Amino acid sequence: MKKILAFVCALAMMTALFAGCGNNNNEQPSNSGNEGGGAGIAVENIKVGVIHIGDPATGSGYSYTHDQGIVAMQQNLGLSDDQIVRKNNIDDADATAIENAMNECIEEGCNIIFATSWGYMDTCEALAAEHPDVFFSHGTGYKSNGTNFNNYFGRIYQARFLSGIAAGLKTQTNKIGYVSAQGSENGECTSGIDAFAMGVASVNPDAVVEVKVTNSWYDPEGEGQAAQALIDDGCDVIAQHCDTNNPQIKARDNNVWGVGYNSDMTAEVGDAVLTSVVWNWGAYYTTAVQNVINGTWVPGTNVENYFGSLADGLLDITALSPEAAEGTQDAIAIAEAAINDGSFDVFTGTYTDAAGNTIGCDGVMECNDGTTLEVDGTNYAAITKYYKNVVVK
Amino acid sequence: MGTAKKEPLLRVVKHAELSTRQSIGLRVLAVVLALAVGGLFIALIGYNPFEIYATIVSGCFRSPMAIQATVKFCIPMCISALGVTLAFKMRFWNIGGEGQLIMGAVFASFFALFCSGMPHLLLLAVMFIAGFVGGGLWGLIPAACREKWGTNETLFTLMLNYIALYIVTFLRDGPWRDPEAAGFNKIARFAPKAMLDKVFGVHAGWIVMLILVVLVFLYLKKTKQGYEIGVVGESRDTARYAGINVRRVVLRTMFLSGGIAGIGGMVQATGSDITLSAGVAGGVGFTGIIIAWLAQLNPFVALIVSFAFSILVKGSSVVQSAYGLSTDCADILQGIILFFIMAMEFFIRYKLVFRGHREKLPVKTAADTDAASGEKEAEEK
Repeated sequence: MKKILAFVCALAMMTALFAGCGNNNNEQPSNSGNEGGGAGIAVENIKVGVIHIGDPATGSGYSYTHDQGIVAMQQNLGLSDDQIVRKNNIDDADATAIENAMNECIEEGCNIIFATSWGYMDTCEALAAEHPDVFFSHGTGYKSNGTNFNNYFGRIYQARFLSGIAAGLKTQTNKIGYVSAQGSENGECTSGIDAFAMGVASVNPDAVVEVKVTNSWYDPEGEGQAAQALIDDGCDVIAQHCDTNNPQIKARDNNVWGVGYNSDMTAEVGDAVLTSVVWNWGAYYTTAVQNVINGTWVPGTNVENYFGSLADGLLDITALSPEAAEGTQDAIAIAEAAINDGSFDVFTGTYTDAAGNTIGCDGVMECNDGTTLEVDGTNYAAITKYYKNVVVK
Repeated sequence: MGTAKKEPLLRVVKHAELSTRQSIGLRVLAVVLALAVGGLFIALIGYNPFEIYATIVSGCFRSPMAIQATVKFCIPMCISALGVTLAFKMRFWNIGGEGQLIMGAVFASFFALFCSGMPHLLLLAVMFIAGFVGGGLWGLIPAACREKWGTNETLFTLMLNYIALYIVTFLRDGPWRDPEAAGFNKIARFAPKAMLDKVFGVHAGWIVMLILVVLVFLYLKKTKQGYEIGVVGESRDTARYAGINVRRVVLRTMFLSGGIAGIGGMVQATGSDITLSAGVAGGVGFTGIIIAWLAQLNPFVALIVSFAFSILVKGSSVVQSAYGLSTDCADILQGIILFFIMAMEFFIRYKLVFRGHREKLPVKTAADTDAASGEKEAEEK
């Protein structure tokens, strides 16, 4: 008897849910295809989907930074709020949730979907094949199909090199700490560390960069502990490639300095942060959506990957804190000019600093194990060895 | 009942069995109250509750794609509910559906990743059996330990969930890492051959689910083994007196219970995720426990309750993006609805008696009780 009751109960629950259906305001899924046949899509017909791993409402960190880029794109192109479909808190280890989120974007008529986390890559690839008339743009990965699934990332190592100059000039102990999310086998982290270390070496050949790995992309506790261990070891500048600003807070609390990442960390930590390496994703999001509107990108035809640079405005370092060493601004300006005119790209090319020294390894990096490695920033994933002044802790 | 002097302010007393109509009334009331309080919450944060509820429903059924997604959410929830149903019938508190589901997925994934040379159907059959065995063995461990050393099965099965989860993480970061992933930690996507085929746009797991519903129902109702489970659940001593080999029944049932969850894992990994990821279970092992209880351990009701849950899950996802409502709000809403329904299960079995109230007027004390049916009950007494 109880079973029948439970049955009815469940039924009642569903009916009750259906009952709310009266004033149904569901939007008809609009045609997400490109009707013009190469002519692009009118601005008012554009709909943009965004898949976030976190919730942008937190006000800092990875998802927030990406969402600021989306907001910038929306303002640049004059899109209304209902032309943006945000899917928040989509766990990048839950393939079913990712697929559902992207399908809902497609249902609501999105022409282009930005998938901001690395773990979304394989689902993008599969759905791009299923929905050839929708663009899938995936951040930080390495896959693409050339027709409606591309990859976007940037030469963040350029900004890291510049921040290394600030750290190298500031340190008094000649020990600089670096909290890294992943070990040397991860080219994204390792190329960033090498670029930073090269920046340090360009102004301070005696300094070493001590790297401590947390083995996690998000580990608030571990990131703080790693920074503390580095400070205890004598480091007086703490740089980072990890999610939270805990390493910067540890640096400030120990009266040493730091270099932030992702967003401007002076805002929360104060002037102990000499500068922060930041992404301005809006530069890409604007370009990408503009390409769809213009008809530069038409599904089924050629769509390029995007690998933005300092010159494109995709990445930058924030204004130096007053605590930065004297002369930092000038040293950075020289390097920045060389990067922007294309003569120097950290791993390739060289430039001449104010004292007349030639800076840059020009394609062959001396590694900390005594060997050399051919390096090229566009193939950053293959950079899996550390520069000569790096010490792993 | 005794004098008012020593009586506590509030007592919990078991009901006399309620009539069908009373029970139904209470349950309907629970749902209505849940929706009302949920609506109040929505209104408080500044949205129109009717619109939100309508969006939940339309988000599930607005297109074939949406319906397919709703069904897809239903599959692992229902299968893991079926798994724990067997164990709960035996009063074996298997909280480890999550881990058993994961281990089923792990065993099946081994074949998907390393034996994809097999013909498609053979590979699927092998993965299906592997999933069943993997989940079954993970269920067998706590059962064997309880029978041998009298360990606590609730804690044991719970802890095994985390071990299973970390096994996946270990495989992902180590031996099974996708060599093409450039130093990032992930397991490769399965070859198309190792993917469960789609039937009506949803992977064939829904057919597996329906078959399992019928099988579990028949097993519990029509077979000797199913009967034994019930007897052991009521009283081990009675079972022993009746000549039932209790140990064997416990081990067998937990193997089946885990095995069914393992099938759920296989179906989820090969049908929906197309890879082995740490999120393969994503909490459905726990949701399955709630579903099994709400369904009063009836497989057919479990199917319906699972579907109701999948409407909530799928609908909330649409609400999040349509209204910019935080996903946390959707979770709160789900929590409110669950809370009322679970609470009502309590009031169907028990009542609260305040100090000084005579036993004859108990129904008035339970604030949530349907007043009309309450009076009726008093009259009957």
